[in-house]
Amino acid sequence: MTDFGFTLSRSATVDLDRVDRSRYERLVALAPDARICMNCGSCGATCTAAPFSGMSLRKVLLGLQRGQDVRPLLDSCMLCGKCTMVCPRGINTRRLILSLSKVYD
Amino acid sequence: MKENVVIIGGGIAGMQAARELLLLGYNPMIVEQQDHLGGHVSRWHRLFPDLSSAQDLVRRLGEEISEANIFLETKVSYINRLSGGYLVMLTNGVSIPTKAILVASGFRLFDASRKEEYGYGVYDHVITNADLEAWFGGAPDSRIPSSPRSIGFVHCVGSRDLKAGNSQCSKVCCMTAVKQAIELKERFPDARVYCFYMDLRLFGKKYEDFYINAQEQWEVNFIRGRVSEVGETQDGQLQVKAEDTLVGKPLKLRLDLLVLMSGMLCNPDAAAIARMARLDVDSDGFLKSLDNLGGTTRSSRPGIFYAGACTGTKTVPEALAEARSAALDIHRYLQEA
Ligand code: SF4
Ligand code: SF4
Ligand code: SF4
Repeated sequence: MTDFGFTLSRSATVDLDRVDRSRYERLVALAPDARICMNCGSCGATCTAAPFSGMSLRKVLLGLQRGQDVRPLLDSCMLCGKCTMVCPRGINTRRLILSLSKVYD
Repeated sequence: MKENVVIIGGGIAGMQAARELLLLGYNPMIVEQQDHLGGHVSRWHRLFPDLSSAQDLVRRLGEEISEANIFLETKVSYINRLSGGYLVMLTNGVSIPTKAILVASGFRLFDASRKEEYGYGVYDHVITNADLEAWFGGAPDSRIPSSPRSIGFVHCVGSRDLKAGNSQCSKVCCMTAVKQAIELKERFPDARVYCFYMDLRLFGKKYEDFYINAQEQWEVNFIRGRVSEVGETQDGQLQVKAEDTLVGKPLKLRLDLLVLMSGMLCNPDAAAIARMARLDVDSDGFLKSLDNLGGTTRSSRPGIFYAGACTGTKTVPEALAEARSAALDIHRYLQEA
């Protein structure tokens, strides 16, 4: 192969035509209120695990919609429920997290 | 004899409508529960987009309605249906027969202490947009430090908040935050100012220019994340937590002053009026217009009209325009009656 002096890195574009949203679809079937997240960030701001792990329920929900593997974030959740207390959309975040474990069965 | 029109609420919408009705040859009678006219605007300092004086606006409107009947510190106690009209009884004992009533009861500012996580009324340096406006107008406020180094604004306090029972956007508070951020920088040029927003809703004439100016000239920092909680450090500074959602990381920040942008709710007194006059309340808690496109000033009851923030959040020019439009609607109704 001709060496052009550079390598192609994996595309940094989110190709929404190809993204696998099946896990997200499964999640919203179990916890429909996940759909009304407005990405305000309150959950991640208050999350007990966030300062160490970067956990943010917002990122989990968005990541799933973009086809990312969000298990590394989920692993740090302690189910403390603080995110439920601050969510302005009143999303039952604990139920959401419990549903997420089923999505990754 | 001139025909009576009862106007419930002496804020800027009620005042503007009274002016138009006077010019159209009617006898407007304003019922206002405070001891002065002008409502919320009378307690505001400067108005966007031209930073004009709120007091001047109220004074000008007041001069224009010197001929109107004005009942201060008075409420409506009953509204009885008569044939072809209403009998409005006031708490001062006066009762007014009228064919037309204009409801201009306005809004109520969300009580920021209900969002306990922000510490209004608990921490020493947490104030609201209305408190700041009063201070700009000259009222002393010991919560505002003499030389703050860092100041934060929290957008959407009690608005866009299903938990607070208020899903709607209050519409004016993004622009108010940008305006007040600039005004604070004028007074405290060395302070760093941060606006914590979810979406910047700067839709009106010149609003975006304010935003550009806030960034360029005043170096206001805009952070996309809702403040989730506020605490106090041992040395008495405030500490806020948010997620910087654009960076995707939790963020904490120490502040000397925090301003909460309290949103608008329908004035609870409007609910009482709705009960008396059998008016409908819309799903957002505001009074329900006949339709939300061409009929915002009309109710489902004959002879009862709306102007201003009783049907939804309004800017000052919107409230004034609606008041003029309601006056014309009333004029046409009375001519046809
Ligand atoms: S329940 Fe999990 S995601 Fe929510 S605040 Fe606690 S650790 Fe964070
Ligand atoms: S607090 Fe609720 S609405 Fe806000 S980002 Fe988290 S889940 Fe979404
Ligand atoms: S105008 Fe801005 S601050 Fe006010 S409720 Fe709407 S988004 Fe929030």
